[in-house]
Order: sequence, then C-alpha cells, then structure tokens
Amino acid sequence: MTTIITNKSASGTEADQTGKKAVYETKQLNLWYGSNHALKNIDLEIMENEVTAIIGPSGCGKSTFIKTLNRMVELVPSVKTSGEILYRGRNIFDNDYGVEELRTRVGMVFQKPNPFPKSIYDNVAYGPRIHGIKKKKILDEIVEKSLRGAAIWEEVKDRLNENAYSISGGQQQRICIARALAIEPDVILMDEPTSALDPISTLKVEELVQELKKDYSIIIVTHNMQQAARISDKTAFFLNGEVIEFDYTDTIFSNPSDKRTEDYISGRFG
Amino acid sequence: MRPSVQEMIAQSRGKRNKKVIEKIIPIILFLIASVSVLTSIGIVLTLIFETITFFTRVPFFDFITGTTWLPFSNNEAQFGIWPLIIGTLKITVIAIIVAVPIGISAAIYLSEYASENVRRVIKPVLEVLAGVPTIVYGFFALTFVTPVLQAVFPEIKIFNAISPGIVVGIMIIPMIASLSEDAMSSVPKSIREGALAMGSTKFEVAWKITIPAALSGIVASIVLAISRAIGETMIVSLAAGSTPRFDGDFTGSIQTMTAYIVQVSKGDAGYGTTIYYSIYAVGFTLFLFTMAMNILASYVSKRFREEY
Repeated sequence: MTTIITNKSASGTEADQTGKKAVYETKQLNLWYGSNHALKNIDLEIMENEVTAIIGPSGCGKSTFIKTLNRMVELVPSVKTSGEILYRGRNIFDNDYGVEELRTRVGMVFQKPNPFPKSIYDNVAYGPRIHGIKKKKILDEIVEKSLRGAAIWEEVKDRLNENAYSISGGQQQRICIARALAIEPDVILMDEPTSALDPISTLKVEELVQELKKDYSIIIVTHNMQQAARISDKTAFFLNGEVIEFDYTDTIFSNPSDKRTEDYISGRFG
Repeated sequence: MRPSVQEMIAQSRGKRNKKVIEKIIPIILFLIASVSVLTSIGIVLTLIFETITFFTRVPFFDFITGTTWLPFSNNEAQFGIWPLIIGTLKITVIAIIVAVPIGISAAIYLSEYASENVRRVIKPVLEVLAGVPTIVYGFFALTFVTPVLQAVFPEIKIFNAISPGIVVGIMIIPMIASLSEDAMSSVPKSIREGALAMGSTKFEVAWKITIPAALSGIVASIVLAISRAIGETMIVSLAAGSTPRFDGDFTGSIQTMTAYIVQVSKGDAGYGTTIYYSIYAVGFTLFLFTMAMNILASYVSKRFREEY
C-alpha cells in the first residue's frame, strides 16, 4: 500500500513540472472474473505522450488491466468491476459513457496480429469508414498517412489491394497498428504486440513506439523486461493483481524500492 | 489542411443516429427469429391437442402397453403402439449396423489419410449421396436391393425389414462421414504433430489422439443419424410393407410408425374418426423419439467434449 501512495505523489509532482496532463487515472479499481479477484485496488495515473509499460509474470493481471482501459474486458462473461477509471477526467464506467465512443478515442493492438481478411487498404480504411468518412480522396490520404505512421508504407505501397494475410506476421502487426492509427486516436493500448514476432520485426515495432509517443499516449503490456527498459518512460510492476511499484523506468530498473520488484527484474522468479 | 480524423468522426456522428439503429436491429432480428420458434410451438401444440382427443377414445394405457395394432378392424379395432415401434427399431438397428462402421471408416480415411486431392473429389461425392431424394432410395430398395437379397436368401419376402434397413443405412452414411470428418479435421494439427513426434504411426494418432479428441462430434453425428433413420418415411413406405407385427422377424413385411401415418394420410379415413386421430398419437410418439435423440446428441457433444 505504501508504495502506491508514493507512486501517486511521484507522478503528481512530475505532472506539475512538465505541464503534462493525465490521460488515465484509475481509482481503487477492482475486477473479478466470477469469484477470481483479478485486479486489486489499482491506483495509477498515466500521463499523455508517454510510453507506460506494464510488466509482471503470467497471470498477474496486466493484460486484464489494459483491456479494462477500453472496456474490452467486458466481452468476458461474468466480469465485475468496482472503482473508477477516469479517461480525460470522465469515468468510463458511467452509464451514459458510450463504449464505442471510448474505443474511437482509444485504439488497441493485440497480441497476435489480427488483420481482417480484406485488402491492406480496406483494413486501414475500416475505422474511418465505419465512422462515416467516405470520400475516396480523404481515405487515400488517411491510409497513406497511417501506413507511413506505422513505418510500413514503403513495404506495401504497391500492394495495397492484396489481402492482408499475404504479408509476413511482422508486417501484419504493423498493418494492425496502422489500422489503429487511422482514426487518429488519443491513446494506443498494446497487449504484448511483439510476442508473436521475430527479433527484427520486434525491433521495428519498438522503434515505431518511440516515434508514436510524440503524438499518442501509449500503454504497452510486455513480457520482455528489456523491452520495457528500452522503450518506456514509466513502468508499472504487477503481481497477483496488485501494482507493486509504479515509477520512472530508470528508477524501477536501477533502484527499485520493493524487494519483489528487484527479484522479478533480476530474474529470480517469473 | 483538412480537419483531423477525430473531428470528421465527430461531425458525422452528429448526422447519423447509430444508437437508434443499434437498438432497433436486435428487435427486428428477434422478431424474425421468433417465427421459427412460434412455428415449432404451433406444431407441437397441434400434436398435443389431437393426441389428447385420441386418448379420450382409446385408453392411454392400452396405447402404450398394447402389442396389437389393428386400427382398420370395424368392431375390434386395437391401438397398441408396440408393433409400430418394433418396426421402426428393426429398420433403425439395421441402418446403424450398416452406416456406423462405413461412415466412421470413411471419416477416418478422409481426415487422416486422404491427400488433399482425394478429399476434394470424395467429399462432394459423399454430399451428393446425401442429396438423393428419399423416394429414389425407396424404389432402389424395392427394385434392386430386395431382388438381390432374395437371390441369396430365398426366404426373404418382397416386403421386408432388411432391404429398407440397409438402404436407410446408406442414406445416413454421408451424414455420419461428413460430420465426423468435420469433427476430426478440426482437431488442431499441432496436437497430431505432437503425437507423430513421439514416434506414433498414423493409425495410432487417429485411434489414440484424433478420435478421442473428436469423440463428441462423432457420437453426436451418430445420434443425429439415428434420429434421421427413425424419422425416415419414404423408403420404408415403399419397401417395408404395411404389416404391423410384434415379433423378431426381419424377413417379412413390417410397418413403421412413419409408414403407418403415410398409409392413413393417403387412404380415406374420414376427419374425426379414431383412425384419423391415431396418426397424431403415432406422430407424437415419433416426435418424442426424435426429440430424445436430438437432446441426447446435444448432451453427448457437451459431455464428451475434450477441450483443445
């Protein structure tokens, strides 16, 4: 408990110094799958234009947490939540908060690349189209910009009409990132986006994350601690559904304040 | 400079009302889906009411315990359902003996051994077999299978249980083969590879891994096929005869529940006669049988499911 309180004050002062605002604030967030208490009293403040990494062993609740931020977790039957998640100051669990509206503002990239079985162009244009953008010229522009943003334009510009499954897994994942970028979201959630990719594709996605944080706030779940250390500004360490420690990535990796964080990072368990 | 995508989205959201559409669509779909449910309820209710009328004339106990089915006798009509049930069971048993081994073997071959090319040819052929009209099967039984059987076993009569039983079996082979093959093919390749990497032969993989994993689908396909055999009408009307009998003889004329209903429907039993109501009672019995099989199929496919 004490660590959480210090975390809050740490990030609070940081916000004052740099003038950054919080995109997400969770207050006493609890989540149950049936009777399994998967998230316990989570208090976190996530800043805009930063990369926040979530680390922890399997089953610690990190994927659950990130899926709660855009309420995708509610697709699992028998999920119950309590507490609040403020997105830009508004509680996303409010009855009048439309879940589609939230997900229009908060994009998501999944663990396995999951492009639609359509052409590359149609994959990226999907979001703008369902939200009512129909003009071919504007769509062309959005598709190109998103594919460039996902650092894959050069590789696919001559094959935009090919099926998205005709390209490699690493490319598919960047198509999925482009698909998320196409509606210019505010936040991008990434749930272990490189766990199904080879090292070179992983490197490309990591570089991309660095690039994207200029315009977007990124929350990334990762199994790979080196990855968290390489790309994130802040890191939250989850264990058994609790946040053990949340601080600057440098601090977490060089001078963790909790023994369990140190043990995990130095590879003593998990 | 165009407005940002989020601004354009906000604009178009003002124009269209997705929320109303999203509310109306499930209601419309629900109403359309209820048509089929209401139809089923209507049919069942008709069956039940007419059956109740039948039981005001014939005691329920006589119906479910009686071993003589003699509906057309003027002064001594008897309505004991068992001869018809026995007739139906004779056909079903023969059909299962024919269809299960052939259907399962075909499924194992198709899913475990056949090359992609062979499968591409055989599967459609099997499905064509499933599309043959049952009346064609009926005269196939009467004009081809029965004479062949008679040539080998002279004691078999022109109307008998064996020939239509075999043909009903042939009719349900594609159902068993196709559904079982689907169940086996959907066992993930990685599980098979795991077994092959331990040094198993293809047959060991099929027998020890694939079939147990697909068992729920296989058993469900058999149960559904049995339900189909119980309800089969045309083949038995044509080739099994119309002699309700309570014995174990397969070589002579019999009558099934379905064939009785056909016999009465195409005859001239007047509306309101006991015979007229008897077809509802027989129909209801038949309905209970097939419904029990379908419930069994869905229970089996849940109960024996191996998670993968």
